[in-house]
Amino acid sequence: MRLHFVRWRFLWYALSLAVILPGLVSLSLRGLNLGIDFTGGSLMEIEFHRPAEIAKVRQVLTDLGLKDAMIQKGGASVFLIRTRPLEEKQSQEVVKALEQKIGPLTLLRSDKVGPVIGKELTRKAFLASLLTLVILLIYLAIRFDFKQGVAAIIGLVHDVLVVLGIFSIFQLEVDSSFVAAVLTTLGYSLHDTVIVFDRIRENIKIRRLSEPLADVINLSIWQTLTRSINTVMTVLFVLVALYFLGGSTLRNFVLALIIGVVSGAYSSVCDASPIWYDLKRWEEKRRAKAPKAGRA
Amino acid sequence: MRWDKILTLLAVVTVVGVAMWFAFLPPVKDLPWFPITKHVRLGLDLQGGVHVVLQAVDTPEAKVTPQAMKQVLAVLQERVNRFGVTEPIIQQQGARRVIVELPGVKNPDEVINTLIRPAFLEFKTESGQVIVTGRDLKEAREAIDPTTNKPVVHLTFNAEGAKKFEAATRENLGRHIGIYLDGKLIQNPVVEAVITDGKAEITGYQSLEEAHRIAVLLQSGALPVKLEILEKRTVGPTLGADSLHKSLYAGAIGVAAILIFMLLYYRVPGLIADFCLGIYALLVLLVFVALKATMTLPGIAGYLLSFGVAVDANILISERIKEELRSGKSLRTAVDHGFRYAFRAIFDANVTTVLGALVLYYFGTGPIRGFALTLAVGVIASFLTAVTMTRWLLRLVLDTGLIKNPKLYGA
Repeated sequence: MRLHFVRWRFLWYALSLAVILPGLVSLSLRGLNLGIDFTGGSLMEIEFHRPAEIAKVRQVLTDLGLKDAMIQKGGASVFLIRTRPLEEKQSQEVVKALEQKIGPLTLLRSDKVGPVIGKELTRKAFLASLLTLVILLIYLAIRFDFKQGVAAIIGLVHDVLVVLGIFSIFQLEVDSSFVAAVLTTLGYSLHDTVIVFDRIRENIKIRRLSEPLADVINLSIWQTLTRSINTVMTVLFVLVALYFLGGSTLRNFVLALIIGVVSGAYSSVCDASPIWYDLKRWEEKRRAKAPKAGRA
Repeated sequence: MRWDKILTLLAVVTVVGVAMWFAFLPPVKDLPWFPITKHVRLGLDLQGGVHVVLQAVDTPEAKVTPQAMKQVLAVLQERVNRFGVTEPIIQQQGARRVIVELPGVKNPDEVINTLIRPAFLEFKTESGQVIVTGRDLKEAREAIDPTTNKPVVHLTFNAEGAKKFEAATRENLGRHIGIYLDGKLIQNPVVEAVITDGKAEITGYQSLEEAHRIAVLLQSGALPVKLEILEKRTVGPTLGADSLHKSLYAGAIGVAAILIFMLLYYRVPGLIADFCLGIYALLVLLVFVALKATMTLPGIAGYLLSFGVAVDANILISERIKEELRSGKSLRTAVDHGFRYAFRAIFDANVTTVLGALVLYYFGTGPIRGFALTLAVGVIASFLTAVTMTRWLLRLVLDTGLIKNPKLYGA
């Protein structure tokens, strides 16, 4: 017997919740580890010409009155230093002090983001996500039906929550590229969902009009399953290669994409269509009750 | 076997093969157009450089007006050109913001700090009366003073300035004339003779380079309003080159994995898909060069990700052909049906991805825009290659009659 996707749906819902709920708890308790793109601040990435210790770097920064600087080691001699927004002179002092007290270094990258920009980015990220969802809902309502649109959007919200939750649980840094990763995840996950919906649409129209809806959905999921798995795999080939070999700058961005793509594939197969089925059934029940209520 | 079809197929494979070879790894060096990859503009995150968002702020002396902003842009442009930065971007954003992007500068922090100096020059008498200002300058040039061997900036006033200067030196013989830059006294020499040729010099610089920067500032005129740095992103050239190298390497491995997978899993349709992916890669690259778009690090990620989407169209088609074959259809019908049924799914799915990318482009800035653009261009190109090229080639292969075994098509 093949696994019946629709009949087992509560197991899939439970699995999704098992990932999402801890994430939601973490989000409400600890929030996200927002980078300087959102909070404003200065960031320097430096590479000493010889290996150095993090304690020494911290000492130098404390001496300069930057006690609350966040220092991250990314390799034997590469350090990422995040502080409150520094004036040009201050950041030059930091570099000079590190050079004098620890040794010669190369400044790989130095960013400064004012708090105004951070606020704008937060607003834009929120607006962009909302706008994407609305546009996609409209498109789906036109091409499929409104309930399928709603089911697909629930799947998308699922993916966003999975990515946000995991980033919150592990306190991974969130920057502006994270927003791009989340929005891409939305597009990609929907892509998957649409493939399944398209098959359901086709099967309902030309083949299995007499069969129960649950079976038609199940058949459609099975018919597209190989494709779903193979496509996720090919995308993961590229993303995993980028994650391990692509250098440090892109790493969190690629990680968010990997989580999003996997979650998107899962939600498209296991959540979106079954949720549509539940929405349909719920509506039928209501319709069946409505005439009775009218008579009473 | 149909020899005309076989010849067509051979011709197509040869032409595309040679085109790819020249586009990516040309056998002859120094061809004017090849490799095409060298025409792609690299973003700051890949070649190093600095990106700043400047904000003009009101001061008691000067309010920000549209006129002043126009002047700010002109002055910044002039300064950047004189610093010799290639392909700079200077653009106004909103009412009082200016975005400046300078690729490939070696000491970005210094350049930016110099760039936003007001550089307002004044000559004043002891009683504080202004004699001449930076507006009266005709030329400012750095030099090494042959007698003292120290760097200086030579100033030459225009005709009117020279006249004013001559009159002032006559009146103030034996007294001091102060030279002020941005309200700060930088030199206070005693007038020893009447200066008639409209020439003056400023001394006291550490290096010729420093003198050069001041000369550039004076020459390009003063900024009418105060500028503050809202956002600054500097990427050193080492990190940029490293990112470019690593992401291309990772991408090559990922794409190679896709090609091998497609070939092993889908056989003949897989081979054609791989061939079309090559065309697709070339097409996207050409669109990029034609649009003069900037390739950023997230842009490369978007490019690579769009390979996944491009493959998806092929996977959908190949799966569908497989299904049709299993339901007992002939090879030819299976291929035709495979395309027809897969088309709608591919279309709807691609539209959603493009819609997402458009929103991203509209809201995003800099590198993120690069990502959205590559993704959108990639998806559109993949749609076109998948539904046109793949279909045509697959039919051509069928028509040659070379490969007839349905097993090789996934049955």
